[in-house]
Amino acid sequence: MAKYTEDDLKVELESKEYEYGFYTELESDTFPIGLNESIVRAISKKKEEPEWMTDWRIAAFRAWQEMEEPEWANVNYEKPDFQAISYYSAPKKADPNKTLDDVDSELLEMYKKLGISLDEQKKMNNIAMDIVVDSVSVATTFKKTLAEKGIIFMSISEAIREYPDLVQRYLGTVIPQRDNFYAALNSAVFSDGSFCYIPKGVRCPMELSTYFRINQAGTGQFERTLLIADEGSYVSYLEGCTAPSRDENQLHAAVVELIALDNAEIKYSTVQNWYPGNKEGKGGVFNFVTKRGICEKHAKISWTQVETGSAITWKYPSVVLKGDNSIGEFYSIAVTNNYQQADTGTKMIHLGKNTKSTIISKGISAGKSQNSYRGLVRISTNAENARNFSQCDSLLMGNNCGAHTFPYIESKNSSAIIEHEATTSKIGEDQVFYCNQRGIPTEKAIALIVNGFSKEVLNKLPMEFAVEAQKLLEISLEGSVG
Amino acid sequence: MLSIKNLHASVEDKEILKGINLVVNAGEVHAIMGPNGAGKSTLASIIAGNENYEVSAGEILLEGEDISELAPEERAHKGVFLSFQYPIEIPGVSVTNFMKTAINESRKANGKEEMPANEMLKLIREKSELLEIDRKFLSRSLNEGFSGGEKKRNEIFQMAMLEPKLAILDETDSGLDIDALRIVANGVNKLKSKNNAVVVITHYQRLLDYIIPDFVHVLMDGKIVKSGGKELAYELEEKGYDWIKAEVQ
Repeated sequence: MAKYTEDDLKVELESKEYEYGFYTELESDTFPIGLNESIVRAISKKKEEPEWMTDWRIAAFRAWQEMEEPEWANVNYEKPDFQAISYYSAPKKADPNKTLDDVDSELLEMYKKLGISLDEQKKMNNIAMDIVVDSVSVATTFKKTLAEKGIIFMSISEAIREYPDLVQRYLGTVIPQRDNFYAALNSAVFSDGSFCYIPKGVRCPMELSTYFRINQAGTGQFERTLLIADEGSYVSYLEGCTAPSRDENQLHAAVVELIALDNAEIKYSTVQNWYPGNKEGKGGVFNFVTKRGICEKHAKISWTQVETGSAITWKYPSVVLKGDNSIGEFYSIAVTNNYQQADTGTKMIHLGKNTKSTIISKGISAGKSQNSYRGLVRISTNAENARNFSQCDSLLMGNNCGAHTFPYIESKNSSAIIEHEATTSKIGEDQVFYCNQRGIPTEKAIALIVNGFSKEVLNKLPMEFAVEAQKLLEISLEGSVG
Repeated sequence: MLSIKNLHASVEDKEILKGINLVVNAGEVHAIMGPNGAGKSTLASIIAGNENYEVSAGEILLEGEDISELAPEERAHKGVFLSFQYPIEIPGVSVTNFMKTAINESRKANGKEEMPANEMLKLIREKSELLEIDRKFLSRSLNEGFSGGEKKRNEIFQMAMLEPKLAILDETDSGLDIDALRIVANGVNKLKSKNNAVVVITHYQRLLDYIIPDFVHVLMDGKIVKSGGKELAYELEEKGYDWIKAEVQ
């Protein structure tokens, strides 16, 4: 974190508007709005998918039609009109066989604005990247280096073509098509996403990264990520998200499935910075995401998330601790400002013996926002000696925001040990004055206090991401103290 | 250094300071004593710029410049330091990180570059030795779980790091045992120079055995009612405040 200086911060703070709110003119190939079976078929056809995949989508679509949009979350919004959205938008010039040199110069320009120039990434960073703009994965770097280790990292569309057996074997095994309303929708219409397979005993030598961005107006983004860590392997995966600022709400409904086989470990980190809407609460991304992982014996899955964007966040990265001695972790920072609403948390489902889970959730609310933690810890009958520790801390700024905690605990085994701690605090005038007296201006004081509050989670992020996350926290809370 | 003229201040319409006059020159140590509720801490807070108090009349000059309209951080950048009677906890922010931020913000405000890391480390080493602070202590969260004595010692450590022109020590002696008191006072004495000034606010004469004041003022009911040399402190210790009350009336 030392890399980030206050001058960088100053520059950041000067740009008060949403930083990534630019729109790049790309010639897009966009489907007509609306959703029916023929659109689902058309998506599948466009992507030259095998028949089993088309059938799988159709099954999901039919299930979705029977389902109701859930209303239990602590969020209020006008429900999206699912017939007013276009379900497929690909930058026209994308071609998975192209090399980076062939990439559309406007696209490259866009990456540059995002601060993720691929050239830079290639040379300087030890990060392999898959970039999903709107819905199609544009280019994947480091493919060769990874291939030498037998690691498969590519867009899911390519994987469906090149590794159909692997995809068919695992797709929907953690999150079935009919799991929930949004997962069903995603299963029917997902246009792209990332696929990753780490072979037995391989330690992935670099952080794998996906960058998502919604560009086209009136489109939904439905990525699908499938990550399989075979026995004894290890991978750290980063996911970043941005969207241009628009007046209308944009829909994002992703599904992420993680599979950690015996003795494998997956670390999945997200920095979510979708457009949150403007100060009056107009526009912003509706983010309805289903993320879940399954752990076999002695496996470990760790979710770390920094959620600063979106008008509505509905997201519960979960772990099914199926194998004995498996471990699930959830570290989260959720920031809401202005009129943002977040309902986020996790589910830890203990099935195996000696399974352990840790939940650290930090909610920061400012402006007129509402921030809810919702978490379930379930210990099943056979989960002897299961252990959970949960800590949910909320920090309030001002008098018009809300923080809510909804912990659900279900234990069917008397040997379980479950601990839950929760605190709520307010940034005090006395804290700010104390900082001021030492020469620290109020904005900077807030950033310092918030970073201190979030430290346990920030520390879990890979270095490059931690710096970005820290900046984001500061930008998101800009102007929140008068 | 500091010149306060006819200062009146109130909180929630209750007048607390009722016309304070005080001149502190560079190189001097002043002690302000007085009974509970006299307005001592209020005076300290107002000099530092706490906006919870309303200044209704008078002015506060620092090196001839009126600072009464400045934000607290701007006063800090000009060299005002307040050692808090009750230091505030900031969880997750280490003492080192806090000091680094504070020093660099002041430097930035004064048009200077950030302090290089090696210089910062050297300064931290030097000042922590001065105050006999274990450096492990500096990576702990600011004031969180600190004992009363640790908090006060940490305040003086911050003063040492920031090297203010005007330091106001608000009841720095409360909560200190005799050894800590000696260390803290020793630190303050070493930081004293002909270019800075110290205002010590205290109930008791005890601290003044270690930090020898050039002047002692008695604050009662919002006014300085008596000023004198260090012997005034002994007199107060011996006779209490009642005799002054009688004298004033």
